[in-house]
Amino acid sequence: MGSVRRHAVLAASAEKVWAFIGRPELLHEWFPTSSTRVEGDKRWVTLPSGIVFEEQILLVDNDLHRFQYSIIGNPLVTHHVGTVDVIALDDDRCIVVYGTDIEPEVLGLAIGAAAGEGLRNLQERFGKG
Amino acid sequence: MPRRILFVTTDQQRYDGLGCNGGLVARTPVIDSIAREGIRYTRAIPSNVVCMPSRSTMLTGQHVATHGVWMNGVPLPVDAPSIAMDLWRNGWRTALIGKAHFEPFLDPFALFTENSLATLGEETLYRETADGRREPHRGFEHMELATHNGMGPLHYAKWLRENHPEAIGMLYPILNAQLQVNEAGGGDTGAPQVKHNPMPREWYHTDWVADRAAAWLDSQSDSDDWFCWVSFPDPHHAWDPPISELHRVDWRQLDLPAGWVDDPIERERILAGKPAQWLGWYHGTFVSNYEAPAKWVPETLTADQVREVNAMVHIQNELIDEALGRIIALLRAKGWYDDVDVVFTTDHGEFQGDFGLLFKGPYHVDSLMRLPLVWRPAPSRTIVTPATVDTPVGLVSLAATFADIAGLPRPDYTEAARLPVDDAEAAGLGHERVLTEWDSVLFGKIVSLRTITRGTWVCTATLPGSVHDGNDGELYDLRNDPLQHVNLWHDSAHRAVRDDLLDDMWKNLPTTSSSRRECDAPV
Repeated sequence: MGSVRRHAVLAASAEKVWAFIGRPELLHEWFPTSSTRVEGDKRWVTLPSGIVFEEQILLVDNDLHRFQYSIIGNPLVTHHVGTVDVIALDDDRCIVVYGTDIEPEVLGLAIGAAAGEGLRNLQERFGKG
Repeated sequence: MPRRILFVTTDQQRYDGLGCNGGLVARTPVIDSIAREGIRYTRAIPSNVVCMPSRSTMLTGQHVATHGVWMNGVPLPVDAPSIAMDLWRNGWRTALIGKAHFEPFLDPFALFTENSLATLGEETLYRETADGRREPHRGFEHMELATHNGMGPLHYAKWLRENHPEAIGMLYPILNAQLQVNEAGGGDTGAPQVKHNPMPREWYHTDWVADRAAAWLDSQSDSDDWFCWVSFPDPHHAWDPPISELHRVDWRQLDLPAGWVDDPIERERILAGKPAQWLGWYHGTFVSNYEAPAKWVPETLTADQVREVNAMVHIQNELIDEALGRIIALLRAKGWYDDVDVVFTTDHGEFQGDFGLLFKGPYHVDSLMRLPLVWRPAPSRTIVTPATVDTPVGLVSLAATFADIAGLPRPDYTEAARLPVDDAEAAGLGHERVLTEWDSVLFGKIVSLRTITRGTWVCTATLPGSVHDGNDGELYDLRNDPLQHVNLWHDSAHRAVRDDLLDDMWKNLPTTSSSRRECDAPV
């Protein structure tokens, strides 16, 4: 099992950041993907390399500020749960934590790299906290 | 008079793979000739025994702790120091053709420049500096990139797909279905990463690299200063040279390498005398990194498999030598060869059966650390006195060497003096010790080693991790124990030598200047 975790502190309230991150259809605006399509609790994410991940949206918790999803229907990926948490540090700062557990484990590193890039994009959008 | 540097690297090549270093199987007359005309180093050592950290050291002239590429999969920042950039800023034409590997290969999110160039159809990407200048990626105005296989986004794979689509699948599939280093066996003996490759030689990456390098060199003018890094992906696994070349070395006729210990009981006794990562990997109970197939257990390795792997490597080395010969023939034909400094080396070694092991990992012994290094200074630039240098030198000296050849002052960012031209000069330049670092973190499995090579001693300290408490290590007397079978770390008679080496190492190792960067891929 590959288990990775990346985080970033942002100079914005948890509510403000969650209002953006909590919308799964906006993934491509901060995560290094080419496009995103959402239908109900399904999401299709196209990577710059052309790979398309079909995902099951498991949780959009507007109270906890937690988003969870799973890559499905992929013969290579036998297990996956991704979690994004937005946690308030104070009124004007929050921490975003992106975690992924995946089999095959190697993909965890690549998703972690993308998460790192995505978090840097969020820091550009909201400022470093 | 133009100044030119032909920097030739191989990947995962042992010191004893070349005739000039005593190799008795592979015929390497071109490199042997370069060595006869120049300086041959008998103990050249990398800063790390895997590709990305070692190559980052070549480019930056820095130790791993400074450039921060602590393991394969950790990208070298695009704004890291680069001797190629210094040369380019001084008007040199610059190219890297073959394997770069400053950035991870596994890149489904297309995060890295070097993976994007072939798709974009660009020779390089230019970035704007803070003061508005546009500079090429890492200082290379031309990059044509390859790796060990025909898959992925690099130029060689694209060329294969576009020109010889029937070749897809001929090369060994270097990764398995779990994207791990493939354990599948092939050839005649079922050795891992061996395949009889039906690809015509002309399509193989060694010849492709030589062809593309020759094309770039041929495009330069008589007055250009240039730095051309020709980087052959071989003899790194997979061991799959074209089947048409297998007649060169019959594995059945090969002697086993000196480092192979035939008696498994004696083999285990030797490994048990070393820190725990050795025997753990041998038995397949502790896999700490992605540098070898996770599902392959070294103790299953047979003598015939060692012979076949070695035969494949010898063949790959001969193909490299012949490819380099074609490049040098071009330089001679253009009348440039006497103006060219030729530097030949590799990034790290390979076990090839030593201790009953293949591949590489956290094992700081000659198999992985003693590298071929040859420098033929340009006869038109300097009077060359052929020499053999026995003083340990590091690849960390390459960047300063290139600056010196170019007539530039040693860059402030480099951490070692240029290479010495003989042993007498080595001490004056400060070549007293060479430092090698290992860090690997694989989902909670942590191994860290720090090593000093000085004189005829090599000493490795383990740092606290998954199988070490920080009190174990290795000490070898290279003069009396050339195969490093006897670990003197715990020998009270050698305590003073050990402690002196460790003291020297800790005093001279750079401290990591920032927090450890993330690992973005397995390789």
